[in-house]
Amino acid sequence: MSIDWQVFWLTLQLAVVVSAILLVLGLPIAYWIAFSRWRWKFLVEAVVALPIVLPPTVLGFYVLVALGPHSPLGRWWIALTGHTLAFTFGGLVIGSILYSLPFAVQPFAASFAGVEHKLISASATLGASPIRTFWRVIAPLSVPGLITGTVLSFAHTMGEFGVVLMVGGNIPGVTRTVSIDIYDQVQASNYAAANQTALLLLVFCFAVLAAVYGLNRKVWAVGPGK
Amino acid sequence: MTSRVEMAENAKVKADAGSQPSDASLGQTDPTLDVRLQKRLAGQSYEREPKDSVLDVEIRAAPGFTILFGASGAGKTTLLDCIAGLVTPDAGRIAIGDRVLFDRAEQVDLPPAKRRIGYVFQDLALFPHMTAEQNVEYGLAALSRSERRELSAAILKALRIDSLAQRKPRQISGGERQRVALARTLVTNPAVLLLDEPLAALDAPTKARILDDLRAWNQNHGIPILYVTHSREEVFALGERAIVLDGGRILAQGTPHDVLNAPRQEFIAQLAGVENIFDAIVESLHADRGTMTCRLQGRGASVLLETPLVRADVGSPLRVGIRAGDILLAIAPPVGLSARNVIRGRIVALQQHDVIITARVECGVEMQVHLTLAARDALELQPGREVWLVIKTHSCHLMQG
Repeated sequence: MSIDWQVFWLTLQLAVVVSAILLVLGLPIAYWIAFSRWRWKFLVEAVVALPIVLPPTVLGFYVLVALGPHSPLGRWWIALTGHTLAFTFGGLVIGSILYSLPFAVQPFAASFAGVEHKLISASATLGASPIRTFWRVIAPLSVPGLITGTVLSFAHTMGEFGVVLMVGGNIPGVTRTVSIDIYDQVQASNYAAANQTALLLLVFCFAVLAAVYGLNRKVWAVGPGK
Repeated sequence: MTSRVEMAENAKVKADAGSQPSDASLGQTDPTLDVRLQKRLAGQSYEREPKDSVLDVEIRAAPGFTILFGASGAGKTTLLDCIAGLVTPDAGRIAIGDRVLFDRAEQVDLPPAKRRIGYVFQDLALFPHMTAEQNVEYGLAALSRSERRELSAAILKALRIDSLAQRKPRQISGGERQRVALARTLVTNPAVLLLDEPLAALDAPTKARILDDLRAWNQNHGIPILYVTHSREEVFALGERAIVLDGGRILAQGTPHDVLNAPRQEFIAQLAGVENIFDAIVESLHADRGTMTCRLQGRGASVLLETPLVRADVGSPLRVGIRAGDILLAIAPPVGLSARNVIRGRIVALQQHDVIITARVECGVEMQVHLTLAARDALELQPGREVWLVIKTHSCHLMQG
């Protein structure tokens, strides 16, 4: 087999890091979207959902500009570390987080909003702070949504192409992910290798999704309504 | 409760920073709940006129039960939500003794978690992912694990649900769930208890037992309990101070008999579709049972009817309305019925409209009764036939004479 395992390993690392960060970052954003009564909230919701409709190249382009040496963020990073974020694994993580944000935040927010409001009121009258209410009532009752959001952001990162190409380029061992590798092999008319890598990605993604949705179903089976 | 438990309760009181102990200092601190507030009810009910859409009340609830009685949409739940801090009033002041929970003018608005108001919701809102015991211990976060265990064990025992401690809400019966919800609230040692029809779905004996246990608990704690209901029977069963709320305003307060809705003009609107309307005189009152006897003014022999109790004097004129579909008809004297009114009469005429038969029955007054075709055929009804009419007390609707 001519599969480049380094490519796989890198992609997996990226997906795990991104979905883990999104799990942490997505909770407060989703909480705010689910419970804020701010009248302009819909604008934030629209921004969060943008990556779903934008071409990845557009998102990737702006991320690249933002990370580059001409932006304040890029200059600050260079001053801090001595090198630019663009075309590094770190830059790839940032781009992928933005790109997969809605896939984590939307399921989170939907499940938070789906928690019966009376339970939240009951928690408050029993003396619980909003944070305690979140960890003891809202989060446990949202486990299926949390799993769904994390898995979707994981899978979405596994297969992304445009943002990676724009932000990361194609540096073996640093930013070359599976989808880029496949693209490269096809460009080189290396169809057999492309097929093997593509098939492996397909099987792997299906297995992960099937496993998690299978577990999720069990969560539901002991959850509400029974 | 054991003295160790009481010590734990005191510890809990001390742990509540800024709040005043209630039962630790009974007799020193005034535990009375004082509420004066306005809140727009807009958007909660489409049927209400604009003039009715403001909750505007002033109540004082001393220790013991105070019953809030009113139809749905009267503002009862909104009032409780305001007291608990779940809804912010537009104006007013809410205080327990001299501890101010809300004061618009002074810009005081304690969050629900700091108010020490126990609230048992209509749908209970038990945490579905926790056992009964975990539900009960939820409000005791400030205590150590062993103190929590001790307090929850004591309250579960006091409410006779200690055997259910490890069950989840969906694994226990409705009455048991009500007890868990009560226990979860009582264990936090609230300064005021709000009950929003928590017992509405229960049968009378279960309800009575839970209320007895609640009364026993409050013997030791002496806090104001606001009990919301839309059931007249419950107002009488509880038999204590009642406040009648209608369209966001207090209509009356006092003993259940004092505050009963007087027969009112508005009922005429509701009676528009009522086929049988009679003039009547109040014959006697049975305050203890929540009923009274009315004499219908007929052409021939007069008819006595047991009706729900309203605020009226013996001898005063009233009108009684009974829907034709609410009357049962029997061809032999029925026995063993719960309905209080069984009246002998004779069929004058039978008329068919579509699939409904209207029987006109002369029984001192003439009543219209709706029947199905099948009932007419099965009973072989025809004009001249002797029949007995059966009318439940609460099928008799009263309005001003």
